[in-house]
Amino acid sequence: MNSNNVLIKMEDLTKTYQVGETQVRALRGISYDIRKGDLLAIMGPSGSGKSTLMNIIGCLDKPTNGRYFLDGKEVSTFNKNQLAGIRNNKIGFVFQTFNLLARTTALENTELPLLYSNTPTRDAKKLAMKALAQVGLEDRELHKSSQMSGGERQRVAIARALVNSPSLILADEPTGNLDTKTGNEIMAVFKRLNRENGITIILVTHDPEVSAIAEKVMHIRDGLIETLE
Amino acid sequence: MNILRTIKIALKALSRNKMRSFLTALGIIIGVGAVIAMVSIGQGAKAEVEKRFSEMGTNLLFVRPGSRSYRGRHGGSSSYENLTEADAEAILENCDAVNYISPNVNSRAQIIYQNKNWNTSIYGTGHDYPIIRNWEVEEGEFFSEQHVKSAQKVCILGSEVNQNLFEGANPLGQIIRMNKIPFRVIGTMESKGESGGWFNRDDVIFIPYTTAQMRLLGINHIQSVDVSAISMDRSAEAMAQIEEVLRIRHKIAPGAEDDFNVRNMSDIAEGASEATAILTILLGGIASISLLVGGIGIMNIMLVSVTERIREIGIRMSMGAREKDILYQFLTEAIVLSTLGGLLGITLGVGSSQLISHFADMTTVVSFGSVALAFIFAASVGIFFGFYPARKASKLDPIDALRYE
Repeated sequence: MNSNNVLIKMEDLTKTYQVGETQVRALRGISYDIRKGDLLAIMGPSGSGKSTLMNIIGCLDKPTNGRYFLDGKEVSTFNKNQLAGIRNNKIGFVFQTFNLLARTTALENTELPLLYSNTPTRDAKKLAMKALAQVGLEDRELHKSSQMSGGERQRVAIARALVNSPSLILADEPTGNLDTKTGNEIMAVFKRLNRENGITIILVTHDPEVSAIAEKVMHIRDGLIETLE
Repeated sequence: MNILRTIKIALKALSRNKMRSFLTALGIIIGVGAVIAMVSIGQGAKAEVEKRFSEMGTNLLFVRPGSRSYRGRHGGSSSYENLTEADAEAILENCDAVNYISPNVNSRAQIIYQNKNWNTSIYGTGHDYPIIRNWEVEEGEFFSEQHVKSAQKVCILGSEVNQNLFEGANPLGQIIRMNKIPFRVIGTMESKGESGGWFNRDDVIFIPYTTAQMRLLGINHIQSVDVSAISMDRSAEAMAQIEEVLRIRHKIAPGAEDDFNVRNMSDIAEGASEATAILTILLGGIASISLLVGGIGIMNIMLVSVTERIREIGIRMSMGAREKDILYQFLTEAIVLSTLGGLLGITLGVGSSQLISHFADMTTVVSFGSVALAFIFAASVGIFFGFYPARKASKLDPIDALRYE
């Protein structure tokens, strides 16, 4: 395998939480490489450690032990500020509950990551309009998130994840709050972004229909990789 | 993130809750307004006092008898009766920094004119009193040196007395009775206006001090001497000269205490303006407490706002906001709130100080200094009370914040 193509390298990641007097070992040693352009689904029942793994991959959290490389950088050694920078530049998040700012327009929501990368206002608007066009919302930029349907909101969230041209989009149960038809539309958007734009996408889900579109599926149980498909 | 954009975001966030933002800022608005209005009242009082004193003449000195003690029992101030006409004349003669004197003998009397009567202050003065006190005669004339020497029964009416007894009729040449003794009115004084409180400077009648001694009080001493120094610069010199002359005349041994007091008008004026300065500080201090309370209001609302927006903070953090960005965002909201409140408060303060001066007939002075101070104080209140909630927001863990319901 050409190491230049490796976007994410996980070496024996563990995560241990202290809950009262007991130690909870959420991750017990995960090693895996994700290549650029992959469309990976991470599956597992609740309590399997998939959320913890997602938080570490998304640079929201740090592993207790083990090394995590993103784009050649060992981010497991980064401090909070550096992690915020990585989240801003390299990662786009899509959440189950959309997590858009209420009473804020689609455009402003999409521009949000650019605010923290010091992109000049005019460029920010241009980039945000482009990202909205990529998810098929070019005419709805001035609609507030509360005036939109669930599917539209998730599209805005995807546009927001795309706007900083990240190396990776991390989607946590992206269709969990949508009906089947809208969920399929959203999955089609992910698939298209992966295929046409070559964006690496990680879907965290327990829904087999979602994981069906993925090229690779990782099953996690009890903090370990159970199977890889 | 640049400052302008941060302010814009803060304004947007505040405008989402317009009513709440306004109520929060109201504490600051009232606080700043109160500080400015209160300080303007204090400074107005100071200006008024200073104006009064300069009207009276800052080269004015007062000589009064000292406090007498007999077998260890002290009388009140001016309890000596040892100041005489001759003392006053010696001051005029021997002190070259002095150009006018007026011996004074004061009393009260019931005044009767035809069917009207009035109780008022009687000032027995020397003929130079109008010059010393910088007080002009309106009609007729003040009594002359001749009137004084021969203790004539002539009088000059203050405008209040004139109004009460004559009600606009010409008083000149009329005879009024003072404790049943007839006096001829030879002049009226211009109005000085009330000096505040119950004391009206125009409620007075002037007669020669000699007449007051003989006819009204039956005494030989005088109660005080008003002295005018040649200039304000020489008033300290005049004071020293007066003390020297009186110590010799009263045969006071070197080292012994004076049996008289000399006061300098500019010292008195200074004391009075110091008193009003304290008033200003007091008023301003009380008003700034409301500003402080307003600040606590901001902190309270900011804390509520942080709790309400934990989810938003989590979203922003996951999009790459650093601790610093979140800190600045909430701090800016607090500062914008208090600064806008401060600006509105200035309007309120200046406006109400004008209303006070218009309706309560008080002098108020809004100075740039008090406005600037109140505004800076308001902005600092925003920083101070906004910091804790903002810091609390910035320290949130992004994962917990995102999961917060």
